Amino acid sequence: MKKLSLIAAGVALTAIAAGGAQAQQTLEQVKKRGQVICGVSQSLPGFANPDAQGNWAGFDVEMCRAVSAAIFGDTKRVKFVPTTAKERFTALQSGEVDFLARNTTWTMSRDTQLGFDFVGVNFYDGQGFMVPKKLGVKSALELKGATVCTQTGTTTELNLADFFRSNKMDYKVVAFEKNDEVLAAYDSGRCDVFTTDRSGLAADRTKLKSPNDHVILPEVISKEPLGPLVRHGDANWGDIIRWSFFAMVNAEELGVTSKNVDEMKKSANPEIKRMLGIEGDFGKMIGLDNNWAYNIIKLVGNYGESYERNVGEKTPIGLSRGVNALWTKGGLQYAPPIR
Amino acid sequence: MAVEVDTARAPDTPIWLDSRYRAIFFQLVLLVLVVGFGAYIFHNTYVNLERRGIASGFAFLGSTAGFDIIMHLVPYQASSSYGQALLVGLLNTLVVAAVGVVLATIVGFVMGVARLSRNWLIARLAAVYIEVIRNIPLLLQIIFWYLVLGKSTPSPRQSIDVGGAVFLNNRGLYMPAPVFQEGFWLTPVAFVVAVVASIFVYRWARARQMATGQQFPILWTSLGLIFGLPLLALLVTGVPFSLDFPKLQGFNFQGGMVLIPEFVSLAFALVVYTGAFIAENVRAGIMAVSHGQTEASYALGLRPGPTLRLVIIPQAMRVIIPPLTSQYLNLTKNSSLATAIAYPDLVAVFAGTVLNQTGQAVECIAITMAVYLTTSLTTSVFMNWFNTKMALKER
Ligand SMILES: N[C@@H](CCC(=O)N[C@@H](CS)C(=O)NCC(=O)O)C(=O)O
Repeated sequence: MKKLSLIAAGVALTAIAAGGAQAQQTLEQVKKRGQVICGVSQSLPGFANPDAQGNWAGFDVEMCRAVSAAIFGDTKRVKFVPTTAKERFTALQSGEVDFLARNTTWTMSRDTQLGFDFVGVNFYDGQGFMVPKKLGVKSALELKGATVCTQTGTTTELNLADFFRSNKMDYKVVAFEKNDEVLAAYDSGRCDVFTTDRSGLAADRTKLKSPNDHVILPEVISKEPLGPLVRHGDANWGDIIRWSFFAMVNAEELGVTSKNVDEMKKSANPEIKRMLGIEGDFGKMIGLDNNWAYNIIKLVGNYGESYERNVGEKTPIGLSRGVNALWTKGGLQYAPPIR
Repeated sequence: MAVEVDTARAPDTPIWLDSRYRAIFFQLVLLVLVVGFGAYIFHNTYVNLERRGIASGFAFLGSTAGFDIIMHLVPYQASSSYGQALLVGLLNTLVVAAVGVVLATIVGFVMGVARLSRNWLIARLAAVYIEVIRNIPLLLQIIFWYLVLGKSTPSPRQSIDVGGAVFLNNRGLYMPAPVFQEGFWLTPVAFVVAVVASIFVYRWARARQMATGQQFPILWTSLGLIFGLPLLALLVTGVPFSLDFPKLQGFNFQGGMVLIPEFVSLAFALVVYTGAFIAENVRAGIMAVSHGQTEASYALGLRPGPTLRLVIIPQAMRVIIPPLTSQYLNLTKNSSLATAIAYPDLVAVFAGTVLNQTGQAVECIAITMAVYLTTSLTTSVFMNWFNTKMALKER
């Protein structure tokens, strides 16, 4: 497996080496291929998880489907490429995937040094800790001397070091490459603590042998703005992903859902008219059909629908909207207008 | 042969039909193509990285790593640099490889000889071990031993306690750590002196045996030296070290030394796996020595033990060493499967975490490959030297 990923890295490097002047033409390639290639998590319930038939579902997966709907008017024209935290960036840099929708934190070095562009924040998150209830730990500040399991190649690893360093506590870190390995190690008692984004904790807890024996500690030790990202250098492609996401947020704000979108076409509200392509040429501005946003809403749904369906309070993940509510409801989700 | 082949160009052959010049010409063309292709790839990579705004160069080795590593043989913390993380990963690879090579050699020799044993049971057991182990992918074995270790060891509070000093739990094997005080330096010095002295005794004893036929108890003398002298130094300096015992505190044991389960299961899997291959090399080596050698040895009055040790093995070594070298190289490279169980080796730390945090895939992979290449070449050079030493000297 190690060898495989070395080979993969080698192939990726060759791709970087051989890839010619294709930086500007991702959309063209996607259209020619008839498929958009989306890098997602390997299996994170609620965010990106294949079922037994290999059908992908989840909040991040729907971001991919939305882009497919915007380009092709069809949510099935996506190829999902599961990536580990460690592989994801090489996969995007080398062009193996067209974009990443994979619980990825927007950081300055990723945005600049790694050569990416983040298009927005589709999930405001923060890092937390999970411990077995039987340890009786109530706060992260009681974790002095603990052994912590986490995933390599993540911001998690770095925040963890920061947290223990700034609180002058020692600890041991066991860092695995795959999320499932982290979970298995935590479940088998190799570690006292499991740490990742709090959304990830909620999702991963559902995979443990007995989820109710574990608690998520109250502390949030970092800011984890998660969002889709593209390669730096193809501004048009970045625009397509960015506005596909903004369309979903705007639709929620304007009360347009997958159920009422057809009626909404008759709406008198000019903002809705522009979004649904009745007025203006907004699709053309990003090289797509003017139906682009209609297709996203009709076939995938607005931001709130996608949230509730995949990670909301009625799902096993059970995350309330919290800071991810619309700005009009006291949250942080806010999309620039389509005009 | 009397016929002289005239390789000089006949005065009337044009230069492009002359085979010598043609050969040189084609080699030149090939060289230009290879160099040109390399330069093209290099240039293209550089331009592409530049255009996508991906950082390049090696300056990142000096910046702060910001992550911790569970096992480090040199001082390391989150505020250390990526370069230091590289060193930590490299040492972790080297230590598991070194332990693996030594133990796999022992296992391999024992099992290889055992498979040839005249005792039916021993020979069968060795054969079963070799055939089973050789035919299961190493990655599975590593994961298997890691899971077995994880499942069979208790949690820290229920640790298996050996005499209040050594503890085994699912976080590792905890042992007392020596804490050295002033004056301890004499002991390692005494050790080195003892080793050097043993070598001289060995040379002298051999020369004497060659000249007079008298034997000298080399083994016992050198063992006595190597253990006795440091012990003496230790007593003379007043035992200048104490032991730091591991103590259960909070979540886990603090103090002492620990062997983490990742290290133990990786080393164990590598030893068991490579040992099986070495056993086959040893068997092949021994079988390559003609049976006449054994008979001749017996005829000279040597017993089976000395026959194996003094007659068979030295000749078998010629056959064993070259494939043994390959096994050592394999073991070292296979140690990179460590990532599967979170052992922080070179690949996991540097080609993994550092690569990911910096995004400098080209540089990180290039450094990692260069390091493996250097390690492998060094091993090869040493083993080749050893091989020439062991080669039959025709007298
Ligand atoms: N947000 C962090 C962590 C991202 C991450 O990899 N999270 C894990 C745990 S929530 C994950 O998604 N794992 C799923 C997988 O590897 O399949 C980052 O961008 O570095």
